[in-house]
Amino acid sequence: MNPILAASSIREYLAHSAAFQTLTGWLGDPGRSAAIGAALIHAVLILSFFGVAPLVFIWLERKVAGRIQDRLGPTRVGGRFGWLQTLADGIKLIQKEDLCPTAADQWLFRISPYLVFVASFAAFIALPFSNGWVVQNIEVGLFFILAVMSLEVIGVILAGYSSGSKWALFGGMREAAQVVSYEIPMAICTIIPVVAAGSLNLVDIGRMQSGWFWNWLVFNNPFTFLAFFVYFTVATASVKRAPFDLAEAESELVAGFHTEYSGIRWSYFFMAEYGSMFAVSGIAVLLFLGGWYTGLSLVESVGLDGTILGNLIGCAVFIAKSCGLVFVQIWVRWTLPRLRIDQVMMTCLKYLLPISCFLFLGATIWPLALYSATGQTSIWQPLGDRVWPPAVESPATTVEQPATSATAKTALLGLEGAQ
Amino acid sequence: MSGQDALFWIFALVVCTSAAAVVISQSVVRMAFWLIISLGSTAGLFFLLRADFVATAQLLVYVGGTLVLLIFGVMLTASGPFLSMKTSVGEATLAAGIAFLLLALILGSACSVDWAAVSAAAAKPQEFNPAQPTRPGFNSVDEGSTTHTLGFAFLGIRTDKDLGRKPTDAMGGQGALSTGYLLPFEIASVHLLVVLIGAAYLARAKRRLVSPKAP
Repeated sequence: MNPILAASSIREYLAHSAAFQTLTGWLGDPGRSAAIGAALIHAVLILSFFGVAPLVFIWLERKVAGRIQDRLGPTRVGGRFGWLQTLADGIKLIQKEDLCPTAADQWLFRISPYLVFVASFAAFIALPFSNGWVVQNIEVGLFFILAVMSLEVIGVILAGYSSGSKWALFGGMREAAQVVSYEIPMAICTIIPVVAAGSLNLVDIGRMQSGWFWNWLVFNNPFTFLAFFVYFTVATASVKRAPFDLAEAESELVAGFHTEYSGIRWSYFFMAEYGSMFAVSGIAVLLFLGGWYTGLSLVESVGLDGTILGNLIGCAVFIAKSCGLVFVQIWVRWTLPRLRIDQVMMTCLKYLLPISCFLFLGATIWPLALYSATGQTSIWQPLGDRVWPPAVESPATTVEQPATSATAKTALLGLEGAQ
Repeated sequence: MSGQDALFWIFALVVCTSAAAVVISQSVVRMAFWLIISLGSTAGLFFLLRADFVATAQLLVYVGGTLVLLIFGVMLTASGPFLSMKTSVGEATLAAGIAFLLLALILGSACSVDWAAVSAAAAKPQEFNPAQPTRPGFNSVDEGSTTHTLGFAFLGIRTDKDLGRKPTDAMGGQGALSTGYLLPFEIASVHLLVVLIGAAYLARAKRRLVSPKAP
């Protein structure tokens, strides 16, 4: 196939694109210019996605909230559905005065919204939008996303502490207690599909779920099926959405950790919140719901998987699935009442944590039990067979090796599940 | 200067300046903030070294650990708002002396390494290693390639040392196959489990059910 059409990443595309290479010939090495060009394009794409997604989600939140409460929601700004309402709000927020209380630690107060923003944005670096469409395909992508998203709470706590207000401090402390507790079941729940897939690379995990929807990891075994629901509950709590939004409980704490913020700094917290909502939904889609595949084997059966066209379809499918989960989070927020702080902690430590531990244990025992019963470790096609392209290829040059190395190689490859 | 070098200098400068800021700051919370920046940039340095697992662990354990230290060690034990630390001249001199001794040790050991030989060994083409996937489009320089090797080593298989060696070689006097990190890994995990159980025991609710006394 034409290498430009077969390119699975922007860097490969630029490396093969004659127009780009003549444009950047002064940089010398085509690999380097492709890397720099791809980095710039990725940065612009992700930044604009991170900016636009909250605009849409905040509008969606208002519309959904309105409908659930038997109202219309925004109707005027920008035509029939009020779809420019968030933009109007954004312009209003930029114009507002940038207040800083005298009792606050001025410097920390000003810098903490950026910390929250950066932590939430960094998660998108390793989040694949389609087969190979990822800013940086890190081998431990899932681990990386969980690590940077747990840093978001630092900004929230610093905001609460530096405001010099008791409401804000209470909000920050609640957030700390909540996130430190909910991180544990969240990590365990994400490990369950990882145990089934045998990889922490989100692109690889996505590729394993190609084909029909029963290949999705949520249907891989009963434990991953249950883990999806536990994960979604915990993820909702980890992005401090209702019914777990104790950090900004309006009924008790005015606005929690962002009581003292106004204007554009206040809106950074919300951009980060909606960005994180998309990120945790994206992880749920990648780990459980088939990633960028439609589940109907449409793109794969005509051989488009991994090409530019297939990736465009996949990207649309991934964003649609993730937005669906964001919609569920909004729906839950306007349906359920807020829990008390002790109920939030009890839900995590007494129920979600033991449940996720049990599911983890079950997920590790399941392949062994299945193997002794049926002779194979998964109900459907083995996961390693579905990976495209093959995770391990034979070496290009034949290295002279002792006779026994062939068996050792096969044994090692068998562990990877690729052969 | 290549892009890698430029990134190295940026991260190294951020690490050093924010580490200095930790020492200079008076407020404990600002110190913690600078520590977070310093440790986060160290993670960036690990990413540059393709050690993606170590870098991510650095972010999760050290930066996250600083956070917990900050909250439970400092904020909840502080007597007043915006706790600040003043050090006396004697303390500062002592600390500076120890710090410079440590710096001399690190500089001495860094200068004693023959870096030309190390980079020559690194530039040597690698043999086939099934723990490092070579699929099309996989760029081990950018994506990090330590995870598979590390994972195998935790299971007791050293692909970097033992690949192609016969197990019978051990009997022939060439030394046994490496055991990897399975034993240390297990010891550390059992140790952590003991600590967890101990913490749960210490933190349990120390209430006894008092039977209502008959009047």
